[in-house]
Amino acid sequence: MPVVAGVVILLLWMAIKQAFDLHNYILPSPYRILQAAVKERHTLFRSALITLSGAALGFVMGAVFGILGSMIMALSTTFRISLYPYILIMQMTPMAIFAPVLVIWLGPGLPAVTVITFLICFFPIVANTTQGLISVDRNMVDLFRMLNSTRVQEVVKLRLPHALPYFLTGLRIAGSIAMIGGITGDLFAGNASGGVGGLGFMVLVYNAQLKIPELWAAGFSACLCGFLFVSVVLGLNYLLLHKWHDSIIKSDL
Amino acid sequence: MVRIASLHKRYGKGAVILEDLNLEVSREEFVTLIGPSGCGKSTLLKLIASLSPVTAGTLTVAGQSPQAARKSMAFIFQEATLLPWRTVTRNIELPLEMLHVDPGERAETCARMRKLVGLDHVPDHYPRQLSGGMKMRVSIARALSLSPEILLLDEPFGALDEMTRDRLNEQLLQIRAQQKFTAFFVTHSVAEAVFLSSRIIVLAANPGRIHRDMTVPLPYPRSAATRESLEFQRCVSDVSRVLREINPDHP
Repeated sequence: MPVVAGVVILLLWMAIKQAFDLHNYILPSPYRILQAAVKERHTLFRSALITLSGAALGFVMGAVFGILGSMIMALSTTFRISLYPYILIMQMTPMAIFAPVLVIWLGPGLPAVTVITFLICFFPIVANTTQGLISVDRNMVDLFRMLNSTRVQEVVKLRLPHALPYFLTGLRIAGSIAMIGGITGDLFAGNASGGVGGLGFMVLVYNAQLKIPELWAAGFSACLCGFLFVSVVLGLNYLLLHKWHDSIIKSDL
Repeated sequence: MVRIASLHKRYGKGAVILEDLNLEVSREEFVTLIGPSGCGKSTLLKLIASLSPVTAGTLTVAGQSPQAARKSMAFIFQEATLLPWRTVTRNIELPLEMLHVDPGERAETCARMRKLVGLDHVPDHYPRQLSGGMKMRVSIARALSLSPEILLLDEPFGALDEMTRDRLNEQLLQIRAQQKFTAFFVTHSVAEAVFLSSRIIVLAANPGRIHRDMTVPLPYPRSAATRESLEFQRCVSDVSRVLREINPDHP
């Protein structure tokens, strides 16, 4: 079905272009974009790799610090109440404001892009995982108390596995926005060290050179990278949950 | 085995849940606590398990404080409280794992427990693949894996259908014949109370206190046939009558 929908969209696209006789500057035809993508494939591939590595590093950092942060937040209500507003503020401050500051601190390039991605990936992971860690059933906690469990045993054997589906939900959200983080990072903090920059940087370059089909091609490359992220997370989700979690259930038929 | 003297309990500054409770239970008794909601029967179990502190009075388990005696007790909750990410085997093993028992011995005990509760055929199933009755059997197996001297059961079969409940009652008594634990059992069902117990404590509510301490004269071992005996029926109507004294709404 998605394939059929895709074909319909492509046909509509071409029909609109024909009907209104739109210039390539306004709306290039899919074929022109494909041509541009093939022509620029080396550049696009290398800039996709650059953006992807920034996004992936930021994403992994978000996951690692997200787990650590949520464990601290789950440790006590006091921590949670005192820290949460600041994490929220961090999330609500637009990246356009953070980015120049980060460039001042870290200089343009991979480190700044990574940190920008990290900043937007961190919140969904920390918020979801914390929820998972603290929403353990009272009786389960009593069960562990009856077994004279240590605090570490309670966290490792009860709270962390219980929080796993919540963490993966956070990871899924983070995965879908990691590429946005990468591109935003490129736009604000990208540079062209070694000839090409990240996809966001190339978008700026193509725009300046009025290479509009190439600009679209860069956009689609970013989409593809985004899909890659989401499918990795979905795969991980299935791998970790399919045996026991109700969200992944075999058909009753 | 368990000695309770002038015990009081209230949560924080709330209403008094239990008032001036005195009770002595010896080894291998099967004591059922029954009474209207709010009579504090579940609270009493929690106090014995030291999951909640005593407000005033004394409570000793095998001469020790409940906290110190926790190792010799196991608690079975209303729900099976299985860890959904662990298989049947790994759920039963959990208590042994916490005590760092070596894997060989763990597997051996676990296999014995599975056989005891009749779950030999599903060692690698996850809880979501099991029926309510099977989950409860896993929960019982897990509780018994440390061979507790005291078993605390808080309405364990309340959510199950009557046929499953009757069968599990019979199994529980068979297991007790082998394991010899002292049991504290909370239920709302008079028939279940009579079938299982050697002694029934009827509690009254507001505040919770002992209304009657009744002995069940039926000899062990008991089986499905016990339920049809005249003696059993008489016990059930006796307990029902006592419950009616304190709660006119009880049938």
